[in-house]
Amino acid sequence: MAPILELKGLSKKFGALDILKDINVSIEAGEFLVLVGPSGCGKSTLLNCIAGLEPISGGSIVIDGRDMQNVSPKDRDIAMVFQSYALYPTMTVAKNITFGMKVRGVDKALQQEKLDYVARQLQIDTLLDRRPSQLSGGQRQRVAMGRALVRDPKLFLFDEPLSNLDAKLRVEMRTEIKKLHQKLNASMVYVTHDQIEAMTLATKIVVMKGGVIQQIGTPAEIYSHPANLFVADFMGSPAMNLIPAKVKKNGKGTQFIIENKDRDDLILTDRHASNLPEEIVLGIRPEDIGDSKLQKHNHDQVASCLIDVLEPAGADTYALMLLGGVEVTARLQAETSAIAGLPMDLSFNMDKVSYFDANTGERLN
Amino acid sequence: MTNFAHYSTTHVSVKNLVLRWLLYAVLALFAFYYMLPLFVMVTTSLKSLEEIRTGSLISLPRDVTFQAWATAWSSACSGIKCEGLRPYFWNSVIMAVPAVLISTFIGALNGYAVAQWRFRGANLLFALILFGCFIPFQVVLLPMARLLGQMGLAGSIPGLIMVHVIYGIGFTTLFFRNYYVTIPPELVKAAKIDGASFFRIFFSIFLPLSLPIIVVTIIWQFTQIWNDFLFGVSFSEAGTQPVTVALNNIVNSTTGVKEYNVDMAAAIIAASPTLLVYIVAGKYFIRGLTAGSVKG
Amino acid sequence: MITWFEKHMPKIVLAPSFLIAVIFVYGFIGWTAWVSLTRSRLLPRYDLHGFIQYERLFDSARWDTALNNLYIFGFLFIVISTLLGLILAILLDQKIRTEGVIRTIYLYPMALSLIVTGTAWKWILNPGLGLEATVRGFGWTDFSFDWLVNPDKAIYTVVIASVWQASGFVMALFLAGLRSIDQEVIKAAQIDGIPTWRIYTSIIIPSMASIFLSAFIVLAHLAIKSFDLVIALTGGGPGFATDLPATYMYTMAFSRGDLGQAASSAMVMMMIIFAIVVPYLYSELRAKHD
Repeated sequence: MAPILELKGLSKKFGALDILKDINVSIEAGEFLVLVGPSGCGKSTLLNCIAGLEPISGGSIVIDGRDMQNVSPKDRDIAMVFQSYALYPTMTVAKNITFGMKVRGVDKALQQEKLDYVARQLQIDTLLDRRPSQLSGGQRQRVAMGRALVRDPKLFLFDEPLSNLDAKLRVEMRTEIKKLHQKLNASMVYVTHDQIEAMTLATKIVVMKGGVIQQIGTPAEIYSHPANLFVADFMGSPAMNLIPAKVKKNGKGTQFIIENKDRDDLILTDRHASNLPEEIVLGIRPEDIGDSKLQKHNHDQVASCLIDVLEPAGADTYALMLLGGVEVTARLQAETSAIAGLPMDLSFNMDKVSYFDANTGERLN
Repeated sequence: MTNFAHYSTTHVSVKNLVLRWLLYAVLALFAFYYMLPLFVMVTTSLKSLEEIRTGSLISLPRDVTFQAWATAWSSACSGIKCEGLRPYFWNSVIMAVPAVLISTFIGALNGYAVAQWRFRGANLLFALILFGCFIPFQVVLLPMARLLGQMGLAGSIPGLIMVHVIYGIGFTTLFFRNYYVTIPPELVKAAKIDGASFFRIFFSIFLPLSLPIIVVTIIWQFTQIWNDFLFGVSFSEAGTQPVTVALNNIVNSTTGVKEYNVDMAAAIIAASPTLLVYIVAGKYFIRGLTAGSVKG
Repeated sequence: MITWFEKHMPKIVLAPSFLIAVIFVYGFIGWTAWVSLTRSRLLPRYDLHGFIQYERLFDSARWDTALNNLYIFGFLFIVISTLLGLILAILLDQKIRTEGVIRTIYLYPMALSLIVTGTAWKWILNPGLGLEATVRGFGWTDFSFDWLVNPDKAIYTVVIASVWQASGFVMALFLAGLRSIDQEVIKAAQIDGIPTWRIYTSIIIPSMASIFLSAFIVLAHLAIKSFDLVIALTGGGPGFATDLPATYMYTMAFSRGDLGQAASSAMVMMMIIFAIVVPYLYSELRAKHD
């Protein structure tokens, strides 16, 4: 089956400045693609290019087999939801939703039918006569989605739609979007800077930085096998620990020597690692460092670490320590026996470890 | 307001009370200064010439008479004709209304194009159009007079309308552009995806939310155009003069006895439309005045 | 498909106004500049003769008076209007109960035509029947206020009338500026024990520099364009005593039929405004780009 969206060698320049460099992504129908990255990485620009609101400098955009060169936004069979919702302020909710159909000359009866259907789907049927200024943030969101839904498009585009909402509402709306995706089995391209949104919503994630794609993969892939230091640090919360280490080969496998504050160097061994340079950055997530007494994994390595600070966080307690000159976080049980200022035996799950080149930041395993 | 009350002592001291009264006294004094001419105009217009000669400037009329008003409206002499201000008042109306509406509409479209449809050179184009606001109109008087003559519009009201529209576009574009620049660009993007064209977006979306700035612009333009004298006196002839020119003629006419009461009545008649607009919608007028100046 | 039309619509819409600016602003200025370099009298002639018109202009005693008047009038008008406007704004800023009414009273002169203003003040300052007579009527029989007909003093009457017209506007500008000042700074100063007047002079007034500039630009503009008021108030007289460049230009153009002089005086007016406005616009545009 042909992909619903194909970006081939897409590039965009602004004068001499490269905004997007050699973007290659494709998704099948029904996928939820999330473009994620820090501010200024080009994700919104890329979305606008897909929509036809911004011109591209090179490469191609193909939607459902049609090349989008010279095709105006209204003819691309897309719909878009904006961060500020961009609802027409002087029109009622009903008019906001049907405006596009009116412009296209859709028959009035059909307009009404579609409006009713969408209003029921999104539970905004009681709001149809109100103006946007009379709606709450969440209601405006739904009206914006209604406007998009009513177009019955091939592709839904979302430009940071949840950034303007407060934390609680954001979580609610996030779930609603996910439910909508599942119900409609629609193809969606979603832009956000919030990696939690990316992880929870996406079927495929594109991590971007400086106009360049850092990694494309499923949430699981991105989480457990980040392609470079940037992705490792950016995705996942709390962030992955990135510890500088020296590498030494010996009979048991590869040894990683990590500075340990005021004590002997910490030494971890990985039997399966090979061909690593002398200096690397070792990446390990907080949940993969735990109380050695609760050790359950085969490849756990135990070491004694001095706990600096304990941060109780409800269901877990995070222990902070200084390793390799870097602040490292371990996720312990809420009722842990750890005491700040005292050392503790911690086990490191070497099955989940990532190795990165200290200079290029690229993944080595 | 600069809130000094916040930290001042809570008990009312004599010094504070005295200062307050002084403040109000000074403000009242200045209020008199500003009201004086209006007061004098009104009272003088209601007096007979006899009373003017024998009475004082600031005294109230002993016997109120509206004779001067009647004269000013229908029989005062401006140059050769003695028809009062009436025909010229209507000249101003016929000139001002179209000029205001046309220049406002063009300014709205221009402001919309510049503010919401970024293209290369948009800002330069805007600056070049804006420049027209800053020139002294003396510098275009001569060539305009020639052109109007060549076009057969010399001394005509349509000619005056054209002049006011041309030189009003700079201001109206400025007002609308500054207003439209505050509207998020996502609105146009959403409308584009909905399939709306440039003009559809303007008429269906932007115009409906432009009421505040339309009011400001219309008030500003009306005041400027109604009160104009330079273009009026340069480009009109005996029958087509606007009310400001006629007023000046009446006041400065050298024939006959100086009828100060008629002069004052005529001045008030000429001033009444803009004064009325100011009283009714003064808030918007002030907004218009400070629109370009403070924040730019 | 995106048609060429749709793609370029904004430019197409702006084109007429741009064209109008090109012809009626830049083109006309060019024409006037050209004519100012010719020997045009009643009718324009287009063969260039260098700067003779400007030489004649600056040789003319009448133009001398006009320029002189512009400096005197301009200076007094700008300074007094600014001071008055500032003082009134500060006074009005003190939480006055009837602020709206007072503000309306101070500002209404701006709504009047300058012809009306000139007419009213001409009557008030009328030496036989106006202010002079009234004050004499109060008992000060020696009081004389014949400035209107006094060649040396007449220009000051123009100052009085125009300050009356414009100071309300300056006040509105300053009031808006006063209100946009960050209250936290004021509170900090008060906690530091700085007296109110000192807060005004050391903190508030300096932070309104940009408004002073705006006010200056607008007032300078008004001063240079002053035509209506002079015509109504003094007619340029007595004699030429209250002539200003604007009235000089008009007389040359329409009464004397000396287009060369009219053009050159108009160009000089233009250049004076340029010298003031262009640096201001430039600095404003630069500031926005940063």
